[in-house]
Amino acid sequence: MDRFVERLVAEVLDRFGSDRTRLMDMLWEVQRARGHISEDAIAALARGLDMSVPDVAETVTFYHFFRTAPFAQHVIYLADTVIARMNGYDEVRAALIAATGADFGVHDGTGQFGLDNAPCIGLSDQEPAMLVDDVVFSGLTPEKVHEIVAQLRSGKSAEELANPNAYEKTSVHYVDAVAEAKILKSGPVMFQEGRDYPALVRSIVERTPEEIIREVDASDIRGRGGAGFPAGLKWRLAREAEGAEKYVICNADEGEPGTFKDRALLTHAAKDVLLGMIAAAHTVGSRTGIIYLRAEYWYLKAFLEGQIEAFRAEGLLGSDILGSGLDFEIRIQMGAGAYVCGDETALIESCEGKRGTPRVKPPFPIQHGYLGMPTVVNNVETFALCSQIIDKGGAWFTAMGTEQSSGTRLLSISGDCERPGIYEIEWGITLDEVLKMVGAETAVAVQISGPSGEMLRVDQDRFRKFCYSDLSCNGSLMVFNGSRDLLDIARHFTEFFVNESCGICTPCRSGGVDLLTKIDRVIAGRAVQQDLDDFRLWGKLMMRTSRCGLGTTAPNPILTTLDKFPELYEAKLNDAKSALLASFDMEDAMSAFDSAVDNLVREDV
Amino acid sequence: MSFTITIDKRKVLVDEGCTLIDAAADNGVFIPNLCYTRGKPCLGTCRVCSVRVNGKVTAACTVPVQPGMVVDVNEPEVAEMRKLLVEALFSEGNHNCPSCEKSGRCELQAVAYEVEMTASPFPYRFPKREREDAADHIFLERDRCIFCQRCVEHVRDEETGQAIFAIHGRGTKARIEIDVGLANKLTPEQVHAAAELCPVGCILEKGVGFEDPMGSRKFDVKSLRRRMLEGETS
Repeated sequence: MDRFVERLVAEVLDRFGSDRTRLMDMLWEVQRARGHISEDAIAALARGLDMSVPDVAETVTFYHFFRTAPFAQHVIYLADTVIARMNGYDEVRAALIAATGADFGVHDGTGQFGLDNAPCIGLSDQEPAMLVDDVVFSGLTPEKVHEIVAQLRSGKSAEELANPNAYEKTSVHYVDAVAEAKILKSGPVMFQEGRDYPALVRSIVERTPEEIIREVDASDIRGRGGAGFPAGLKWRLAREAEGAEKYVICNADEGEPGTFKDRALLTHAAKDVLLGMIAAAHTVGSRTGIIYLRAEYWYLKAFLEGQIEAFRAEGLLGSDILGSGLDFEIRIQMGAGAYVCGDETALIESCEGKRGTPRVKPPFPIQHGYLGMPTVVNNVETFALCSQIIDKGGAWFTAMGTEQSSGTRLLSISGDCERPGIYEIEWGITLDEVLKMVGAETAVAVQISGPSGEMLRVDQDRFRKFCYSDLSCNGSLMVFNGSRDLLDIARHFTEFFVNESCGICTPCRSGGVDLLTKIDRVIAGRAVQQDLDDFRLWGKLMMRTSRCGLGTTAPNPILTTLDKFPELYEAKLNDAKSALLASFDMEDAMSAFDSAVDNLVREDV
Repeated sequence: MSFTITIDKRKVLVDEGCTLIDAAADNGVFIPNLCYTRGKPCLGTCRVCSVRVNGKVTAACTVPVQPGMVVDVNEPEVAEMRKLLVEALFSEGNHNCPSCEKSGRCELQAVAYEVEMTASPFPYRFPKREREDAADHIFLERDRCIFCQRCVEHVRDEETGQAIFAIHGRGTKARIEIDVGLANKLTPEQVHAAAELCPVGCILEKGVGFEDPMGSRKFDVKSLRRRMLEGETS
């Protein structure tokens, strides 16, 4: 056993009181000190936590960013997304390989650079983009990549490069320097300046929980994470649930490809989010809040901690907030690369130091959540909106939007348009209006709500409205013009779900692979009508029987493109007039023979 | 307290707090499943017990009965889904019943007969999975693992409560692992119980095999269906 590792693990165990529910934090501490989490470290953690070694490794091996073998001094994750591929991903990838001398997933020998892919890192409005150590670089070109790598080789840190003006990591300027939040349209709800936070917190704690819930109920606000559960009802149920402790969790996992509005909110409205959490805590009777922050947003961590600290310094967090008797603390829980942790129960499992496996429901988190206690999990945007609703009233909020869908929401716009970025819109806006607003006159198709959402066909869906009864959107719009290959896009999204499936339930683990194999067959021109029928049958199987939202939405990329653009699939179908099955791949079938011959011949020659 | 629910158009009396899959079995309705074990916490992983509850497809092992609940078990569409799930499991791993020691005692095989599976419509993947034989008395034949999590959740070291089995990796890279030290502490009875708990031939007892001839094997003597309906707990 490496002495250094032994000492490190002992320190880490000590810092977290050998509490196994904090395993995620402990693993991060080890990885950040050593670059990876070695077998020795896992064994030492297991001993210290009274867990078996495979049990600890179960958590380690679940998350994309945890590494069990040494990788490199600078770890570079290039975002491999549909949008990046439209904007020069291949060239940037080639430039990275050339500049670093490394290749994706393997060492470069010197250990200086390691390359890997990452799914969306929350920068779709400025891709290609990559994570380097704790920061990101966006708007990449091959030239920019060569420049960055040369600077890293000369001994500069990624952070110095991303933050040339050397702003403090706790300042918003630092976050803006690293990852610009392109807020192109804000108001009347989000990103309001000059809010008097102490007065707002006072107005919360001076009201009864019932009064707060009445206001939130009156606003008709539904959760902005995607499921659209009424926020007021969630708070009420958690308040009424029995539990020695109650928890408030802010879901800042923002893993849905094409979505980046929570990053903007956490940068430019962080205190609104904290305020919303305080309101929820006061309402349900919680003393502990958690912000579950995706690891891709590490550059936001110090800033958010600074914002929490600033609230604490003003007596707005901590014990006996403004003399009201309310005790409430917020900690940040870093994720480690797992889209499925956006599911609230998977997120809770992760907060408890486990694999991000969605739980069986019922029971729901409001009854049995974090550490088995009633827990409110809301999206970043929901908390930010609630902070305004509590201030200005439910009626003010319902005056905006439509009758069924109150208020405003943020859109994350990316793809083929002139002005990608963040827009605040009132519910009820049509697709046509959004496309005009963002300069997307050439749009043919629009993927809404990310891969888990649906593909719209502009000539058919142009006048549909964004609202809960029609286009119930999580805010993400990826715009595609007529030059884009929608089958390839559907394939990329399907592969994303295969990579991100936790694998705990049969339909999602198995079905995703079958859909991917089949769309490859379509793209290769070896599919027949039966294959399209299979898409529908197998897709329905996944939608109906999967355990969580990942599995139930994973067939959407194929099913919704098949529904909206059937001609693209039909054009690829094989007439099958040959004696062979259409699906038969002669090249593939012969490849084993070829390689066998190669191997045998090589021995003889 | 008891109340009635409707299963396949028949009104049946069930006990409050009972899980639907048990309530159905107690009323003579068999619902195939592979991860559920009566009397143990629900795992909800295989989804093979999917039925229609008040119109919505739901895994029967995850649902507590509610008064007035309307359940369809043998309705064709949902029955087909159960069959597809079993077929998916067969194509995903390497399941060669004729050469498998668990044949005749295997729940996957028994359930496949129950859903009247012949061949899987899904492409067989023939994955390469390594065997694990480091433990003294347990052999892991990973080709057959269906990731049900029974062993992960229900088999523990008695002294420390630590997990002996764990799933590493995720999605298609998921792999069952064993803590050799803790496995070696298991008594022969516990090893036998772990192998029996495994619904397939993944956890095997070393030095034991093909004890019962065809015709006298566990499910030859008494079918999985009958065992379930009589409330046997594996």
